[in-house]
Amino acid sequence: CPSPMESTMAEERRPKQCTVVLPTESMKAMAESIGVGQLQEESCAALSEEVSYRIKEIAQDALKFMHHGKRRKLTTSDIDHALKLKNVEPLYGFQSQEFIPFRFASGGGRELHFYEEKEVDLSDIINTPLPRVPLDVSLKAHWLSIEGVQPAIPENPPPAPKEQQKAESTEPLKVVKPGQEEEGSIQKGQGAISAEAKGKKEGLMRMKPRSTHELSVEQQLYYKEITEACVGSCEAKRAEALQSIATDPGLYQMLPRFSTFISEGVRVNVVQNNLALLIYLMRMVKALMDNPTLYLEKYLHELIPAVVTCIVSKQLCLRPDVDNHWALRDFAARLMAQSCKTFSTTTNNIQSRITKTFTKSWLDEKTQWTTRYGCIAGLSELGPDVIKTLILPRLTVEGARIKAVSEGPVVSNIDKIGADHVQSLLLKHCASVIAKTRPLPDNMEQYRADYGYLGPTLCSHVVKARAQAALQAQQVNRTTLTITQPRPTLTVSQSGIGGSGGSRSPSIIKVPSSLTLMSTRPGTPTQPSPPATKYIVMATSAGASSTQQVLDGSLVITLSSSSGSSVTSTVASATSTLQPLVKLESRGAGGLGGSRPLQKYIVVSLPTSASSSLESKSGMLPPSSSSTSPISLEAGMKMDRSDSPGASTQSPH
Amino acid sequence: MAAVQDGQLNLEVEKDIKTEITNDGSGNINASSSSPGSTSSGGKSKSPAGSGEDQQTLLAVLQFLKRNKLTESVDILRREAGLSADADDSPVSESAGAGSGGVPSVGADGGDANSLLSRVSIATPVAPPATAPPKVVAASGGEDQPDVNVVLSAYSQQGDPVLYPLYYNGLKKFIESVLDCHRAELSQVFYPLFVHMYLELVYNNHENEAKQFFEKFSGDQECYYEEDLRILSSMSKKEHMKGNETMLDFRTSKFVLRISRDSYQLLKRHLQERQNNQIWNIIQEHLYIDIFDGMPRSKSQIDAMSGSLAGEGKRDANKAKVFYGLLKEPEIEVPLDDEDEEAENEEGKPKKKKPKKDSMGSKSKKQDPNAPQQTRIPLPELKDSDKLDKIMNMKEATKKIRLGPDNLPSICFYSFLNAYQGLTAVDFTDDSSLIAGGFADSTVRVWSVTPKKLRRVKSAADLSNIDKESDDVLERIMDEKTASESKILYGHSGPVYGISFSPDRNYLLSSSEDGTVRLWSLQTFTCLVGYKGHNYPVWDTQFSPYGYYFISGGHDRVARLWATDHYQPLRMFAGHLADITCTRFHPNSNYVATGSADRTIRLWDVLTGNCVRILTGHKGPIHSLAFSPNGKFMASGATDGRVLLWDVGHGLMVGELKGHTDTIYALKFSRDGEILASGSMDNTVKLWDTLKAFDDVELDDFTAATGHIHLPENSQELLLGTYMTKSTPVIHLHFTRRNLLLAAGAYNP
Repeated sequence: CPSPMESTMAEERRPKQCTVVLPTESMKAMAESIGVGQLQEESCAALSEEVSYRIKEIAQDALKFMHHGKRRKLTTSDIDHALKLKNVEPLYGFQSQEFIPFRFASGGGRELHFYEEKEVDLSDIINTPLPRVPLDVSLKAHWLSIEGVQPAIPENPPPAPKEQQKAESTEPLKVVKPGQEEEGSIQKGQGAISAEAKGKKEGLMRMKPRSTHELSVEQQLYYKEITEACVGSCEAKRAEALQSIATDPGLYQMLPRFSTFISEGVRVNVVQNNLALLIYLMRMVKALMDNPTLYLEKYLHELIPAVVTCIVSKQLCLRPDVDNHWALRDFAARLMAQSCKTFSTTTNNIQSRITKTFTKSWLDEKTQWTTRYGCIAGLSELGPDVIKTLILPRLTVEGARIKAVSEGPVVSNIDKIGADHVQSLLLKHCASVIAKTRPLPDNMEQYRADYGYLGPTLCSHVVKARAQAALQAQQVNRTTLTITQPRPTLTVSQSGIGGSGGSRSPSIIKVPSSLTLMSTRPGTPTQPSPPATKYIVMATSAGASSTQQVLDGSLVITLSSSSGSSVTSTVASATSTLQPLVKLESRGAGGLGGSRPLQKYIVVSLPTSASSSLESKSGMLPPSSSSTSPISLEAGMKMDRSDSPGASTQSPH
Repeated sequence: MAAVQDGQLNLEVEKDIKTEITNDGSGNINASSSSPGSTSSGGKSKSPAGSGEDQQTLLAVLQFLKRNKLTESVDILRREAGLSADADDSPVSESAGAGSGGVPSVGADGGDANSLLSRVSIATPVAPPATAPPKVVAASGGEDQPDVNVVLSAYSQQGDPVLYPLYYNGLKKFIESVLDCHRAELSQVFYPLFVHMYLELVYNNHENEAKQFFEKFSGDQECYYEEDLRILSSMSKKEHMKGNETMLDFRTSKFVLRISRDSYQLLKRHLQERQNNQIWNIIQEHLYIDIFDGMPRSKSQIDAMSGSLAGEGKRDANKAKVFYGLLKEPEIEVPLDDEDEEAENEEGKPKKKKPKKDSMGSKSKKQDPNAPQQTRIPLPELKDSDKLDKIMNMKEATKKIRLGPDNLPSICFYSFLNAYQGLTAVDFTDDSSLIAGGFADSTVRVWSVTPKKLRRVKSAADLSNIDKESDDVLERIMDEKTASESKILYGHSGPVYGISFSPDRNYLLSSSEDGTVRLWSLQTFTCLVGYKGHNYPVWDTQFSPYGYYFISGGHDRVARLWATDHYQPLRMFAGHLADITCTRFHPNSNYVATGSADRTIRLWDVLTGNCVRILTGHKGPIHSLAFSPNGKFMASGATDGRVLLWDVGHGLMVGELKGHTDTIYALKFSRDGEILASGSMDNTVKLWDTLKAFDDVELDDFTAATGHIHLPENSQELLLGTYMTKSTPVIHLHFTRRNLLLAAGAYNP
């Protein structure tokens, strides 16, 4: 989209504009495709310049159609129309389910991109149910403004956009910039900020923005309904209310009330040991955090104490030996980790402050097992780095303490349960980290020496984790595909144009945002451990029968895990840029040159239990195979799209 | 009668044309040769070389016509060219037919209203060859074209390619060293010089030198030329120049600069001292320097006006008088309505007549001195239904809200949901009862937003059964079975980019990518006429405020004025250097404004076909235009996100409204003109205080004479409100008769 750019940017780009031309190899390939054999280098160069020029011309004309179509995106029909202008036959019917519809093949040192023309079984088409008929165009009227004031109705955007909330909370004294001034003028009609904005303009006084907290009658009603439903007894109503909190764009005004409600609620219910209510309140916190239009920074001083209370409090329920208050601690710990990730800055230092708090009480000898559990849970949710630096060194000490309880003289039952939980928690989090970092072999004695009492158990956990990864790799070797969780969509497609050189064949794995959302979202305590989803993307050679060879050519790549903060974050960032995420390379491609090699991509999602073993598997891989680094696949391959869940579920929009 | 009666009429017209061509051809010649003054808008060409070029261009056109076997046109053109060449030495226009001089309809300068219609038929057959050279050249691609070579040949004279950067650098150093007051003015020379030097290098096959030259100096150019530079940069071979429209624009039309006499003398002296002939030649041949006496302009003044594809408009071009006043409203006997009488009882009668007269009288009693003659353009007579509508209008107007900074209008937003087909155009009827939408899937849809449903007229067989004498015959002819809230009109074969209701709500116009404008009946919901002529996408169309006429403009750079009952255009307005992106009628129907992708706005006189205003200042293609209700001002919005305000009478920019961040697709003045509403791709509707904007401008004699105005620094204080939609670009705005603002756009989740 050609927008007026700043001159500096334009200057940087201009030299490039002169030189962008198609590579001469493409000319050769095109010539071959129409039967012209040996095209001379000079002709190629001349052709590529000419073709590049014509393409640019067509693109410029296509932009006109985009502008007149009142769109921001260029579509294929725009190109068609531009071609029509030039009296060129348009490419009617260009449409592809995929981002880039080319396939890549190479062999004998030659590379080729081609369209895949699949054989289609007519009966399949006939038998598939018809898609839903799209809705017809309809008109809907609403009030955008009533005598200069924008009414707060669902049809209108929320009164205070998130950026503004953020700006207000992080830099309250900043002079309004030209861009924000517009937002100021939005409010002008409402008289909320106008006086304040004027004050800034005149430079008289710099006061913190004064936001009104008066709620309209409707808002009061809403607040009452929502809070009652959230802590009420009807689960269906609660789900609805939480859904509303998580999605409604107009809650900005009510945020202080909600915040106070939660903080007060936790304070009261901790004293009364009302586990159910605490869970409900934490779910409210989560819903608030999920709401994309809210920026909670200003209310963290109320929310964080409440959440931390639910993590480390000595007692959260009436019968600590029976009730599953551990799940609440886990859940709250995940919430804490999430807010650290979102809101921690260099100025507020939330993460380091929280870490300090947890560590301090964990190190305290007199700390109860419950609190101890909460501290460890809170720390380990903060990511593998924290586990490595803070938890692993303490394993020996902690092991001794657990040993004292489990093997020593029988103390209270509660202590024993607590020690058990702490042990399993430590094993769960540490095994995965160790499996990743510690080199083989897994020697029981060595573990005991390194980690003390917990060593042997830990060792077996690590071994199990590694073994499971290997086992998974074996299972995947089957040509059929098992998908345990078909919900998340994942598209494996291949780009022929993406690389500027055009010679490489990066394959793109698009991870839709829904996937990342799902994986970052902590499970609710009522369904304590949601099956974490793992994806393995494998390239296997279907023609080859021997397992060994397959293993050679196969790679296991972990795309995301359910709660590991660092892994998910890398996935999230990669998704946003839509860069080729994972490229696969099969070694020994040269040997496969003769017969047409078939490579199948298999996408599998695995339950949590496999996680540790998976990671142990990936630990064996060469360093280049970590989840972020690209590996390019040079062997010819064929996508088995019909098998991948992404291709079938993702609909072109 | 503002309607196409039936197909028969068209046939008659066709016959007329055939007979008229020969007769009127001669008349046309006389007219144009006897009145060279009417071509003044094109300006007088100063370079003696210009006539030679014109000759060549004419020859090229003749060749083209011959090849296409348009012998009649060839004869006419030859006769005309020969005559004018003998009669006086001033060629028709230096812009190689791109100027308005080439429009044969200049012959109709008699001011005789009837001639407009009678000349319809002659204007068109001659017009395409005479007006189209730039387009014809561009359209038929890079095959064999003598005319292209003629156009390009001016570049064949060449200096040493190595010296080009030196020349340019020398001039740059010189301009940087002159006094501050002259520097800004002289800097204007950089861009056109750069372009022409680059093109010369490319034309003479110095590809590498051209590339180096471009890389070295393209960064110095003003950022608003970036778009053109990109096109230029892609052109690196002589072959590319053939058929490139931008290139031809540069070549065929001189880049216009306004420079004060002092600055010009400085430049001239410098170039002559240095014997820098290369640059001097370019300045003489490809630039038009409009010299004025007085103070040099400041950088901001220059920046405000520059940015168009071919420099600023010449001052001469904006000298013609524009009758921007409104036409006298016809006297309508206001029948006393029963309802009103009830309310006002006995004393109502005397009271009521007075305010009625006043409301109309302010406009109608005495003729506005700036208004055109009532009959300057023949307008359709009012029908009874039109009179009724006028009365309704007046009644509504009495309930109108007076808007102002403290009294902002309410905005009702019509969102098009599920518009996956791509909403491309919207229009409301004046009484706000109907909405029409044009879609990218070639359909046109009409909605009724009142409880009154849309009904079709009954079929012919059923109609014959109706008692024609009955009082409610108009009600009886409607087919109740077809009543629905919306109707779909099928007929186009490409996206519908422009749409317009007739003022009487009986017709709907739509223009499309398929090159046609279609007239639809809102009685039968069928297509009545397809107006063919554009051949390329038609970006916009609009009905005259009095109906009957309409204007269309599109990719072929020619705006056409049509009458609904003629299947060929009455006028063709040629002169824009790029696509015509929007077209608007002046409220008095005597003028037409067109906005273009060449970043200029032109105002055309419907009677003479002349271009009477060239307004420059936008930095991107113009996508919306609006006239103020009093006809005095105009607002325009472009892809650069700025709204510019213009004084039509003086041809001056009077305001700049900054705030939008994306293309402005909709502009509308409130019914009394106090408030301007702008709608944009950035999902906002903004309201601007135009009363203040127009008051702030001080128009003394000097600024009026020179066109140099100081724009107020801050347009933010004119901004009255910003209203953001959730995710709906605003593509149309409309003030109801009571000053409620309606906005429309497609929800784009």
